[in-house]
Amino acid sequence: MSARRVVVVGYGMAGARLAEEIRRRDPAGAVVDLTVIGGEPRPAYNRVLLSAVVAGTMTPDSVALHDEDWAERHRVDLRLGTQTTGIDRDNRVVHLADGSTVDYDVLVLATGARPWLPPVEGLADADGVVAFRSLDDCDRILAAARVGAPVAVLGGGLLGLEAARGLAGRGNLVTVVHPVGHLMERQLDPEGGRVLAGTLARLGIEFRLGVTAARYLPGDGLKLDDGTLVPADLVVVSAGVRADTALAAGAGLDVDRGILVDDALRTSDGRIHALGDCAQHPGTVSGLVQPAWEQAAVLADLLTGTDTAARYRGTPVVTRLKARDIDLAAFGDPHTADPADEVVTVSDPARGHYAKLVVRGDRAAGAIVLGTPAAAARLVQHYDRGIPLPADRLGTLLGRVGDDTAPTTDNPADLPASAVICRCNSVTKGRLVQCWRAGATGVSELAEATRATTGCGTCADTVRGIADWLAETS
Amino acid sequence: MDLRATAGGVRISPRAGGLCQKGWTAAALLDSPRRLTTPLIRRDGELTPAGWDEALDLVAAELIRLRGESGPDANAVFGGGGLTNEKAYLLGKFARVALGTSQIDYNGRFCMSSAAAAGNRAFGIDRGLPFPLGDLTDADTVLLVGSNPAETMPPFLQHLRSAELIVVDPRRTATAERAARHLAPAPGTDLALALGVLHAVVADGHLDRSYVDSRTIGFDAVWRIAAGWWPERAERVTGVSAADQRWLAARLAAGNAYILTARGTEQHSTGVDTVSGWINLALALGLPGGTRSGYGCLTGQGNGQGGREHGQKADQLPGYRRIDDPAARAHVARVWDVRPEDLPGPGRSAFELLDALGTPDGPRSLLVFGSNPVVSAPHASRISDRLSALDLLVVCDLVLSETAAMADVVFPVTQWAEEDGTMTNLEGRVLLRRRAVDPPDGVRTDLDVLSGIADRLGQPAHRFPADAETVFAELREASRGGLADYSGITYERLAAGERLHWPVLDTRHPGTPRLFADRFAHPDGRARFVPVDHTGPAEPTDAGFPLHATTGRVLTQYQSGAQTRLVTELNDVAPEVFVEVHPDTAARAGLADGDLAKVTSRRGETTARVRCVATLRPDVVFLPFHFPGAGRANLLTNPALDPTSRMPEFKTCAVRIGADR
Repeated sequence: MSARRVVVVGYGMAGARLAEEIRRRDPAGAVVDLTVIGGEPRPAYNRVLLSAVVAGTMTPDSVALHDEDWAERHRVDLRLGTQTTGIDRDNRVVHLADGSTVDYDVLVLATGARPWLPPVEGLADADGVVAFRSLDDCDRILAAARVGAPVAVLGGGLLGLEAARGLAGRGNLVTVVHPVGHLMERQLDPEGGRVLAGTLARLGIEFRLGVTAARYLPGDGLKLDDGTLVPADLVVVSAGVRADTALAAGAGLDVDRGILVDDALRTSDGRIHALGDCAQHPGTVSGLVQPAWEQAAVLADLLTGTDTAARYRGTPVVTRLKARDIDLAAFGDPHTADPADEVVTVSDPARGHYAKLVVRGDRAAGAIVLGTPAAAARLVQHYDRGIPLPADRLGTLLGRVGDDTAPTTDNPADLPASAVICRCNSVTKGRLVQCWRAGATGVSELAEATRATTGCGTCADTVRGIADWLAETS
Repeated sequence: MDLRATAGGVRISPRAGGLCQKGWTAAALLDSPRRLTTPLIRRDGELTPAGWDEALDLVAAELIRLRGESGPDANAVFGGGGLTNEKAYLLGKFARVALGTSQIDYNGRFCMSSAAAAGNRAFGIDRGLPFPLGDLTDADTVLLVGSNPAETMPPFLQHLRSAELIVVDPRRTATAERAARHLAPAPGTDLALALGVLHAVVADGHLDRSYVDSRTIGFDAVWRIAAGWWPERAERVTGVSAADQRWLAARLAAGNAYILTARGTEQHSTGVDTVSGWINLALALGLPGGTRSGYGCLTGQGNGQGGREHGQKADQLPGYRRIDDPAARAHVARVWDVRPEDLPGPGRSAFELLDALGTPDGPRSLLVFGSNPVVSAPHASRISDRLSALDLLVVCDLVLSETAAMADVVFPVTQWAEEDGTMTNLEGRVLLRRRAVDPPDGVRTDLDVLSGIADRLGQPAHRFPADAETVFAELREASRGGLADYSGITYERLAAGERLHWPVLDTRHPGTPRLFADRFAHPDGRARFVPVDHTGPAEPTDAGFPLHATTGRVLTQYQSGAQTRLVTELNDVAPEVFVEVHPDTAARAGLADGDLAKVTSRRGETTARVRCVATLRPDVVFLPFHFPGAGRANLLTNPALDPTSRMPEFKTCAVRIGADR
C-alpha cells in the first residue's frame, strides 16, 4: 500500500507544526508522503517571538523553527519561496507560480493571515511604514528605528503593545495611536486598559487614545483626526490581521472571515483541510498560536490514522502580554453583565495593579490580572483545568497561597505548643517547654534532653529564642 | 556515625554534622522483639521455624528443580538499593553464575534509574554528585528540583545554610518552607518548567556561549524545542509565573549555582527526559564541571549510588559496565572464571520482572534481598497477585516484612551494625562500615545466605565467599577499568580515614572528587545536550478522577516502613497513612481534618486520614508510601514506565477522594 500524498500550502507556524506532528506519528513516511509549500524563502520561524527580535533580546536566527536540513531529515518535500497560485479540485492538483504542479490526495491550507492596513491617507506602500508580521518586517523596523528616533505604533492591541514595549526598550520615543478609548479593548475593560496604559507610560510610552490617524506625512509623522501631529520617523502598523482566504475562495471553498472548517478541520471540500489563522472554526478566536498547534495535533492524528476519532473542539483563549516588566493575563469573559455572576475587583492603579475575576458556579469564568504574576499564573490554571476557585477569592487575586495570610511570628510566645520546632527529631515547642521546666534551661541542655538542634541544626536560633523567652517570662 | 556498645545497648552519635530521628533510633531495631532469629518455612500454609540447613537445602533443591523444568530464567532475583556494595556485587554474580539467570533487578529502578540514564546520556557517566558535597557550602544559589531533604535527609540541609535555596515542588514541603523562593508546578509539568527557564536564559542573555561552544555539543537542537516554550506558554502549562521563570534564569546565572534533582523529577513515565531538561538548563548556564557550580542528583536509598554500580541491575555488570558490551563481558567473565558466552544477557526491569512472575513466560521463583515490593512497587495489588503465583518465594529480611509474610522461605539476616561492608554515598565516596555488635543467635548475613545456596547449587566455595572484605577484593578486580573503578580502594585505606571518591585507579590514586573539571566522560570529552520536549503525565485527570495524587516520604519513616514502623519513637510521630488535601477540596468531598477518606484510582483504593493543608494546590493530594495493607499509597499508583529507565510513574496519577463509609 503506498503512502497518501498530503500537500500543505503554507510553512508558517501552523504548517510547520502540522508537518512536525505528522512526522512524529509517521517518522518513516510509511503513511504520509508529505509536501510543504512555503511562500517565504527561509525556514519557518516562530512568529510569537518577533516582538523579542524587535526588542533586541533575540536574533532572527534564534527564532527559526527548523534548521536548513530539517526537511531532508524528516522526509519532507519542502518547496521554499514558492507561491501557490491555484487549486484544481477536480484533478486534485495545486498550481505553483513557477508553472509546476503538485498532485494531492489530501490538501491542507495553512495560508495564515495578512496584516490589515487601516484606511489612512498616504499609508499604503509608503516608505517608513511597516507592518509587524514577518521577519522581513522586523528587519525593516530595526533598520528604520534608530536609537532616539520617534516611532508611532498604529494599534493598541496585544501585538502593537509588544512592539511598542520592545522599541521603547531599545531607546525609541514611542507613541501608540489607538482609535478606541482604552487599550486592548477585546481583552480589557476600561479600568484595566487605564491601568495598563499607566504602567506603559511609566516605561516611557505615550498614548493617543480615542483618536484616529487621518493622514501619513512621510518624514513628518501621523496627522490625527483631531488635527494634532504625532512625529514619527517610522510607523509600525499593528491594526489587526485578515485571514488569507484568496486561494480557498478562488477554488470555490466556503469562506467567511476565514475558510470555514468543522471539528475535523475539513473545509466544504472533504479532501481539503485548513488550520491556523486562515481557518474559521466555530467559537475559536484566530490570531493566536495555541489553537493552531492544537489543530495541528488533531489533524496529524486524522491524516496519519493515529486516532480517527480526534476532533478539535476549540481552545480556551488566554491572552498573555509578552513584554518585559509587564505582567498581564486576560481570559474568558471578563465583561459580564449577568447579575448572577460574582465579580471581584482589586485596583491599585498608581502601582500598576488591577485584577478582576468573574466567578460562575465556583469556577473562573473570566479574569483580567495586571501586575500580580503569581495570581495570573494560578488563575489560568484554575480556568484551564476547571479547578473550583478557593473560597478566599481576594487572597487568590492577590497571589496569596493557603495560609500565607496567617500571622507569621518571630515571638515564641505566639507559637502553639504543638508547633514542631526541630523537624529532624520531631520536637515540639511544648516538649521544649516541658524539658525547660524540668531543668534543661540552656540550649545545650535542651539539645541533650530532646535532641533538638542535633540534626540539620537549622532550628538552633529558634530553640535559643524559646529558651530566652522562658527565662524572661518565668 | 559512631556506634558504641554500652550496657544499655548501642549508643549512636553523629561523627560530623548531625543525625535525624531515624538515625539515632536505628539502634532500637537491633534488639527489637520483632527481629527474626530463625529461618521460617511455610508448612500447611503457616510460616514455621526451621533450621538453617533445612531451609537452605529446600531452597537449593527447588531452584534446581525449577531450572530443570523451565530453564535458568525460571529463577529470579530482586535486590535493593540499601544493600552494601559487597552484597549488591555478590547478588549479581550469584544470579548470573550460580543461577545462570538473566532475571535480576532491584528496587533502585524505582528510585534513581531516570537520573542515572539522563546522566549517562549527558555526561557519559552517572555519579549522583560529580563533586564533593561540601562544595555546596560555598554556593550562592542552590536549586532543588523535586527534592524534600528536610523530610528525607535533614542533615543534608546544613550544607545549604549559606546558599539562597530555591525549591521546585508541587507541594509547599518542609524544604519549600525554608526556601527563599518556592516554585510550585502542577504535577508532571517539570519539564515544561525547565524548558521555559531555558528559554528565559537565552532570551534574557544568560547563555554561557563560550562554555556551550567549548564543552558541549547539541545545543541548537535543544534550543529549537525550548524556543517554543516562551515563559508565558510554560506558565500556562505549569502554573509557575513567567516572572518567576525569568527571575530563576537570572538568579542561576548570577553567581555560583547548583541544580540538584531527585525523585520528584525522576518518578514519571517521562522521568529521563525531565532530568535531561534540567541538565540542559545547567549546561546552558555552564554549571557542570565549573569550579564552584554544578549539576547533581540526590540519592534516595542508603546505598543508592553503590547499589547501582556493581551488577544487580538487569542490564549491568560490575564497575558500571553494560552487560551487552562484549569487552565488559570478557573482563568480568575472566574475574569470575567463567566463559563470557555463559553469562546471560539483559533481563527484565524491576516492574516488568515483578509483573511477569508466575506467568507462563515469567520466572517461577523469586529471591528477595533488601526490598519490600509488596509496599514499595507501583500498582501494589497486582504485585501481591504475582508473588502469590510463584512456585517459590524466598525473602531475606530482619523482620517479617509484608513481602516476607508471603514467602515460602524466610531467612533472618543481619543489619548494618552487625556486619562489615562498604556503601557509596551520593557524592561517589566509598564508606566502610564495621561490625560493632554481634548479631543475635541464629541470624546470618546476606552474604552467608548467598554462599550457602551457591554451595548447594554445586558452585565451588571460593566463588561465593561470605567474608565481606574478600568479596570487596574481588569487586575491585571486577570493577577495574570500568566507569565506577574501585580497584584502588582497600578496606585499609578506608579504615585509615581516606576520603575516596571513585574512580580510584590504583592503590596510590587519590580518587576523583570532581569528575568533570577538565572533561566529560564521552570519548570527545564534551557533554551532550539532549533534545527533549514536554508531553505530560501518562494519566491526565478527568471528570471521574479529577485530582492528581502524588506520593513521597515523611521524616520518621523509611522506604516501605518495615523497619521504621517497629521503632516506637518514629511510629508515634507518623503512625498511619494520611492524605494531604486542600481544605476546599476536602470540604467539597464532605471531608474534614481527621476524617477517614477513601482515595480511588483506576487501579485500586486506599483508606487514609485527611490532613487539610491550605498551601496545597486544590487539584493535588499527597500520600506517603511507607504504610502497609489497605493504607498502601502504591495501591493507587500508575505503573506507566519511562521508555528508557523503566522507572514507574509514582509521582502522579489521577484519583478521586470521598468519605470512607
